[in-house]
Amino acid sequence: MQISHRLLLTGTAALGAAGTAAAPATAQTLNVSVAIPRLSVAEYHRPYVAIWVEKEGAAPRSLAVWYDYDKAKGEGTKWLRDVRQWWRASGRALTFPVDGVSGATRAPGDQKIAFTAGKGPLGTLAPGNYTLLVEAAREVGGREVVRLPFSWPPKPGATVRAAGSSELGAVALSFGK
Amino acid sequence: MKARFLIAGALAALSLATTAQAHRQWMLPSSTTLSGDDSWVTVDAAISNDVFYFEHFPMGTENVVVTEPDGAAGKIENAAKGRYRSTFDVHLTKPGTYRIANVSTGVMGSYTLNGKQERLPRGTTKDKLASVIPAGATNVQTAEMASRNEIFVTLGAPSTTIFKPTGVGIELVPVTHPNDLVSGEAATFQFLLDGKPAAGLKITVIPGGIRYRDALGQIDLTADKDGKATITWPQPGMYWLNATLGGGREGGPGGEGGPGGPGAKAGEGTPPAPRPQAPAGPPQRRASYITTLEVLAP
Repeated sequence: MQISHRLLLTGTAALGAAGTAAAPATAQTLNVSVAIPRLSVAEYHRPYVAIWVEKEGAAPRSLAVWYDYDKAKGEGTKWLRDVRQWWRASGRALTFPVDGVSGATRAPGDQKIAFTAGKGPLGTLAPGNYTLLVEAAREVGGREVVRLPFSWPPKPGATVRAAGSSELGAVALSFGK
Repeated sequence: MKARFLIAGALAALSLATTAQAHRQWMLPSSTTLSGDDSWVTVDAAISNDVFYFEHFPMGTENVVVTEPDGAAGKIENAAKGRYRSTFDVHLTKPGTYRIANVSTGVMGSYTLNGKQERLPRGTTKDKLASVIPAGATNVQTAEMASRNEIFVTLGAPSTTIFKPTGVGIELVPVTHPNDLVSGEAATFQFLLDGKPAAGLKITVIPGGIRYRDALGQIDLTADKDGKATITWPQPGMYWLNATLGGGREGGPGGEGGPGGPGAKAGEGTPPAPRPQAPAGPPQRRASYITTLEVLAP
């Protein structure tokens, strides 16, 4: 009993320390803009989109997954595996819904989402070279992945841009405080 | 007497041919990589010339065994047999890798009684062997055979609990998980024969979709001293993998590309010999392994 109590305390302390150390008043943010193209197709469904970061030698981190998370009996999770690079890198190791990661599908247009260093799914990033990946898979449609390399900590004012050609439009990553 | 001997030999050869994949046996799952907490796969099972087209005969599903990720016994549902293929479903409710297997083991052979050669009845098993050979039988020749046709499907992250070898026949042990295959990447599998590394085992891999191309596209592999073989997947899709030992079939001794068979190098192993009408020596250990592997696009 005492042992488990102590473990619990240690865990909380560690979390608290990480939180305070990495999230000062000027917490670094990753601002991601994802253009979901408006497609003229007979049957359109909003794409499933996954956003995650990879670093060589480190476990990939899922930041956001937009899918039919609110369908009855979790039926929306059936097609998560079609976001196949993300599924292999990170998705298949998760239990859905994931707090702070799972979200609803989004409509065509510029979609923005921000992540704060030291908090939520982004957590604390060790200095190094990373890749932010955005992958979209659409029911009865195609699939596309876009990669945005960045270094951490970021250079002030740096913006990384890339664009898809079918299922994704322009994707941008900028950094803020 | 001579004529009768020839007939016995011919019958033996015929029965060997039917049990040793005169055609290709396969199971084709609707999916191998699944997400969600509750999912289904449906499986087509057939014996045909071309993979994966049902064009010849349905595969019997009476002996198909499902092993759940935690090792518990699962079941097949909605089994049906059509003219050319069987089909059944497996309900996936546990995270991890499932095995769906059609395994058979037995003993084949012959003996001489009162000057007449008799064959062991079909379906003879090792433990029943003593009871099927009558007193006074001479020239008893037996060989064990084990065939395994299995597929793997994974709900969520791949797991490895079900890969504990049984020690019977040819088995696959993952170095690369069979539900984690991607085009352009190399995958390594270890093959065991009766629980020991199957060094030198010949393995053939054929991409599905044979009907719509001219070349078979067969990839030939030989297991190294540890029974391991590595393949780099040329393209995404379903692949049929087969390894056969004994019986003079593809890759086996006396078979195409096997020791002493057509395509074997001169001076390597036993010299090529004409196929005997009846087994000249004790029948060989026979074992076969089949699986269907799905390779995803990167």
